[in-house]
Amino acid sequence: MTSMKRRIFLKGSLATGAAGMAISAGLLTPRAVLAAWPKSAFEAKTVDDAVKGLFGGGTLSGSDKIKIKAPDIAENGAVVPVSVTSDIAGAESISLIVEKNTSPLTASFILGAGTEGYVSTRIKMGKTSSVIAVVKAGDKLYSAGKEVKVTIGGCGG
Amino acid sequence: MASIKMRAKASDGVTTIKALISHPMETGARKDKKTGKLIPAHFIQEVVCEHGGKTVMTAEWGAAISKNPYLSFRFKGGNAGDTIKLSWADNTGKSDSGETTIK
Repeated sequence: MTSMKRRIFLKGSLATGAAGMAISAGLLTPRAVLAAWPKSAFEAKTVDDAVKGLFGGGTLSGSDKIKIKAPDIAENGAVVPVSVTSDIAGAESISLIVEKNTSPLTASFILGAGTEGYVSTRIKMGKTSSVIAVVKAGDKLYSAGKEVKVTIGGCGG
Repeated sequence: MASIKMRAKASDGVTTIKALISHPMETGARKDKKTGKLIPAHFIQEVVCEHGGKTVMTAEWGAAISKNPYLSFRFKGGNAGDTIKLSWADNTGKSDSGETTIK
C-alpha cells in the first residue's frame, strides 16, 4: 500500500515538473513582440520542412530571374557575404536557406510595397553547401541556388 | 541607437539602406573555451525598417546570420531629409532602434 501511494506521488510531481518547464520556456521567448517569427520554420532540420514551416508547403520552381552573389570559396564560414537580386514582379519575400546547416533556414526578408527585390547580408555556414534563395510572388515560390565551398566552418567553435 | 549604424542614400528615386548592428548572434551550439559549457543562444529574430510610417522591410532572422549583422536593401521612393527608422528584437527580449535621415 505504501509503495502504491509513493508511485502516485511520483507521478504527480513529474507531471507538475513538466508543466513548470513549459511555462519557463514560454517566458524565455517573448511571443507578444515577435508574434510573426516563424519558429517551426527556423527550427526545421531539412530544406523541405523549412519551406513547409515558412510558406505552408508548395513546390519550388527554378528561376533564372533570381541571382545570388556569394563567393565560390568562403575562407571563413562565420562570415559569408550573400546578396540576392530578383527581377520577379510582385515579389513578397526573399528567404535564404543554407542546405547543409543544422537549421537550414537562415533568414526571411519580407518586402514592403515599394521595396526592390534585393537584399544583402552576411551569413554563417557550417560546411560546404548550396545557398538557396526562395522568392515568394503571389502563390508561387521561385528558387535559385549557388554552391559555396567553405574551408573553415562557422557554426560552433 | 548605440547598437545600430545606418546609412540611407537616395538616387534616381531609389533609396539604398545599409545597416550594421552590433550583436553577438550566438547560435547556442558554441562552447565557452574556458568552462566547456554551451553559450546560450542569443540572436536577433526580427529587424523592422520604416519610412514615413510604412514598413519597407521586415527581416526574420535565424541564428545563422553572422555576428554583428549587416543588412542592405533598396526601396522606391524616399527623398533626402526623410527619416528612416530601424529597430530589432532578439530572442532574449532585448531590443533597440535607431533613426537616420536620407542623404
